[in-house]
Amino acid sequence: MTLDKFLVVAAALFCCGLYTVMTRRNAVAVLMGVELILNAANINFVAFSHFLSRVMGGQIFAVFVIVLAAAEAAVALAIFLRLFATTGTVEVDTADQLKG
Amino acid sequence: MTPIAMDTGALVRGLYCILPEMVVIGTAILVLLADLLLPEEGKKRLCHLSVAGVAAAILSALWLGPGKIEGFSGMIVHDGMGLFFTLTILAAALLTLMMATGYSEWEGTQKGEFYALILLSTSGMLFMAEGTDLMTVFLGLETLSIPIYCLVGFHRGRMRSLEGAMKYFLLGAFSSGFFLYGIALMYAAAGTTRIPVIASMMRDARLYGNPVFLAGIGLLLVGFAFKVSLVPFHMWTPDAYEGAPTLVTAFMGAAVKAAAFAALLRVVLLTFPAILPAMSGVLWVLAALTMTVGNFSALLQNNMKRMLAYSSIAHAGYILVGLTAGGVAGGQAVLFYVLVYAFMNLGAFGVIMLVAQREDDGYDIDNFAGIGFRYPVLGGLLSLFLVSLAGIPPTAGFVGKFYLFGAAVRSGYVGLAVLGVLNSAVSVYYYLRPVVSMYMAPAPEGIPVPRPPRSAFSFALCASAAAVLLLGVMPASALEFAERSVLSLLM
Amino acid sequence: MSGLLASLQFSSPYFPVIVLMAVAVGLSAGFVFLSQWVGPKRYDRTKYSEYECGVDPLTTSTVRISVKFFLVAILFLLFDLETTFLYPWAVLYRSLGLFGFVEMGVFVGILLVGLVYAWKKGALEWQ
Repeated sequence: MTLDKFLVVAAALFCCGLYTVMTRRNAVAVLMGVELILNAANINFVAFSHFLSRVMGGQIFAVFVIVLAAAEAAVALAIFLRLFATTGTVEVDTADQLKG
Repeated sequence: MTPIAMDTGALVRGLYCILPEMVVIGTAILVLLADLLLPEEGKKRLCHLSVAGVAAAILSALWLGPGKIEGFSGMIVHDGMGLFFTLTILAAALLTLMMATGYSEWEGTQKGEFYALILLSTSGMLFMAEGTDLMTVFLGLETLSIPIYCLVGFHRGRMRSLEGAMKYFLLGAFSSGFFLYGIALMYAAAGTTRIPVIASMMRDARLYGNPVFLAGIGLLLVGFAFKVSLVPFHMWTPDAYEGAPTLVTAFMGAAVKAAAFAALLRVVLLTFPAILPAMSGVLWVLAALTMTVGNFSALLQNNMKRMLAYSSIAHAGYILVGLTAGGVAGGQAVLFYVLVYAFMNLGAFGVIMLVAQREDDGYDIDNFAGIGFRYPVLGGLLSLFLVSLAGIPPTAGFVGKFYLFGAAVRSGYVGLAVLGVLNSAVSVYYYLRPVVSMYMAPAPEGIPVPRPPRSAFSFALCASAAAVLLLGVMPASALEFAERSVLSLLM
Repeated sequence: MSGLLASLQFSSPYFPVIVLMAVAVGLSAGFVFLSQWVGPKRYDRTKYSEYECGVDPLTTSTVRISVKFFLVAILFLLFDLETTFLYPWAVLYRSLGLFGFVEMGVFVGILLVGLVYAWKKGALEWQ
């Protein structure tokens, strides 16, 4: 396996995440897209640290990012849950009280 | 595998270097534990405890001094610039917590987690401001953001609060993804995430000519642009600012912005000089767009919170002018303006918090009609903060803008400076609209009675006003401190 | 066409395989369309149900899950993921020495505060 294969996978994952965030209107789906982007960066970190650099830094970062993503998801789901309890939906478009 | 050079000495030095952060986090943990033990009527104490903790953190930061202390094998550094931003952020947190004494009683945020979240977010900001490794900066950014998402949605029953939280979260998390991917690409090109090491490698054309590296810097910049709300990445700002509990809005405007600009300044001042022609063009366009769009959108607002949100976008644009100018003069101006903006912003929000009675519709400008003569102190304070935001002498806002645009002229960006001055002129219109309404408009019958401020609240307002006036009349020592801080970074 | 035919090498060892594949794909596709075309079409309740054979489902599959699961799931997720940090630490424990021990002590201490907070706030109760 060579480095560029990992990079292609990571870039593809990044694009999938980007596409999801841009096109989906459901807040939970958008969150999933964000997780894809974070994981794409994780693949990059691990691949680079394995192939390029002699120190383990990149792999440690990946662990940090995994934990951060979980914390972010916890907070996000709590917010979405309250929104669902108030409006009965988590579609992004229905939240439109704030404008101007 | 490289041997791990960690010993007790390194541990002690590392912990010494993050003393203020540790004090803040320790206070947050204490607040959480005390929240479990205290009865419902004793929750006021939590606020006092938080204020004491932040005050202790300020003292510990001063005790560390401006000397350079590296910790955790260079992941974090306490230097002059770190000290400047640490003090700015901690001062903003202190004023916010002092205002919380009153606000929490009125708006039902008298809860342990409210104070703990503010403190944890503050600790993230400190890490972000002192991080010399892109990964430390990212971890600080997330530690800062996650509590802020919770704080924006803290009014769980208020639809607008939840909506603001959702929008802020979705765009904030999205921008974190960009930020992280940018770091990953830079790591790919440079093999390290240390900012000073990357900076020293920048002299090599193989690095700054590398498309992967440039893409990484671009993505990193987009992530930063989201966080400091530069146009066209500002969409979340008005909604999150309007939806959030007003105290949180004030805190976000003052402290989050300071932390994000601290990290951005470190990256820009250290690594950009090598690729200046390419990057200064990007920054130029961003600054011009941000100032113009922010100011012209603020003209159309009738809600004070929303108006100040757009004004905070415009101010991010002014600060970016200083970043575009770069060098010692630009950095000094940025540091000074971030400090000044924290005081003006907190003060203005503090006064409108007292005048507005209801969280959602109490912030209309019409609501301020006639209070100028009825409540002269409040009217005077709000006028002072708005005049300073508009950049009219003898306030600190004027001095700050003078140095920002002066640095731009000295670096040859005359056009940008002219654009900034024109924008300031436009901004006078919407800053003085509430002032005119307060003093000229006839007072309606049922004029709202402002909330009686608590003593800590009044003290926070007076301290902000004193800082705005003092920095406006005698800015020399603060400017000198800012200059030394930038020099310590560039040395 | 003649060029294409001429280019075919009937003696190639893969030629039978290609013929076999063509026949297989053609037959299976042909049967699908043929049954669609000539077969009788009858739709009734049984045909529309989730399972045509086996045990009937008791409820619909889109049932709402109690929000109590959410809190437990989130708490589990967070505390579970924090153990990720323990693995690299445990592998390098000997070379990290006192530094690593104190660091992990602080880390676990903070987690413990979180657990105590969640516990006392009643997040672990299941009424």
